[in-house]
Amino acid sequence: MKNDQTSDVRRSTPDSQWPLWEVFMQPGSGEAHQHVGSVHAADAEQALQNARDVYARRGEGINIWVVPSDSITASTPEDMGPFFDPGNDKAYRHPQFYKVPRGVRL
Amino acid sequence: MSQPDVFEYLLRLADDRLVLGHRVSEWCGHAPILEEDIALANIALDLIGQANLLLTAAGAAEGKGRDADALAFLRDELDYRNALIVELPKGDFGFTLTRQFLFSAHALVLTDALRSSKNTELGGLADKMHKESRYHVRHSGDWMLRIGDGTEESHQRAQAAVNELWRYTGELFMADDIERRLAAQGIAVDSSKLETPWRAQVDDVLKRAGLTVPSVAWMQRGGRQGRHTEHLGHLLAEMQTLQRQHPGASW
Repeated sequence: MKNDQTSDVRRSTPDSQWPLWEVFMQPGSGEAHQHVGSVHAADAEQALQNARDVYARRGEGINIWVVPSDSITASTPEDMGPFFDPGNDKAYRHPQFYKVPRGVRL
Repeated sequence: MSQPDVFEYLLRLADDRLVLGHRVSEWCGHAPILEEDIALANIALDLIGQANLLLTAAGAAEGKGRDADALAFLRDELDYRNALIVELPKGDFGFTLTRQFLFSAHALVLTDALRSSKNTELGGLADKMHKESRYHVRHSGDWMLRIGDGTEESHQRAQAAVNELWRYTGELFMADDIERRLAAQGIAVDSSKLETPWRAQVDDVLKRAGLTVPSVAWMQRGGRQGRHTEHLGHLLAEMQTLQRQHPGASW
């Protein structure tokens, strides 16, 4: 079922014969890479170059990762409830029972 | 102080980049895929940016109060000093990328040598240009491998481009008295000394791309003296039309 959905998406977006890559940029030294968008490219080297041209021309970052989009496993909208319902009734999950010491700013 | 040799030399560097930048910009909106459209526009902007800085420096060396705009938009074909290779029409995608590779490989060795120029302004510009050229070589060299070693048709087009362009490469390595005088002062680089490192780099990529270098008996020349192909006039007409029709117009 899941595979069928994937191929449906592919059929409905015939914009390019080249595979899609997700682009992650590290904004600064020591910071985590963040997803910034995607590019089409025939292979990893070309994906890096295209990502540089599209997303890194204005000093946005210091390092780029590119990952084939179909290597990413994503949760589905149906997972919404079981995955993300925050369980607000389970108050013990939130660290709200501590007294903040004086002098600590929140 | 007027420095006619420096003016002439900077003009050659600037015109190569201005004219090629314009040619590459003709792909804007026409490249085979969006990402490559952006890549080519970026390369064109790099080249035009380099030309802007070089023309500004040239105007200062000339000492007659001409700025980059005056030199770019109010000079005629005969006063342009670019090598012929950059003014040839953009051709197909293979032709554009092959020219870019041959030119950028030259720019790479040239700017590497110019970084130690005794003219510190030129040395600084060379440093900036070198950084950009490294990317241009990486991008266009990568494409040489793809199209040279791609399908039967892409290989044929790439080989046709190499065959057509090769006779225009010799001009990049022809030194004249102006250049030799400046080289003796440690300001410029004797172009003839760049051919060996350029050739090593080009041979390596062409070989891996399955492309062969044609034997050429006669190398085209004349651009440095203002003798151009019929293509430059059309390019300048398009590039200069706004400043010619509305002198001094600004945004």
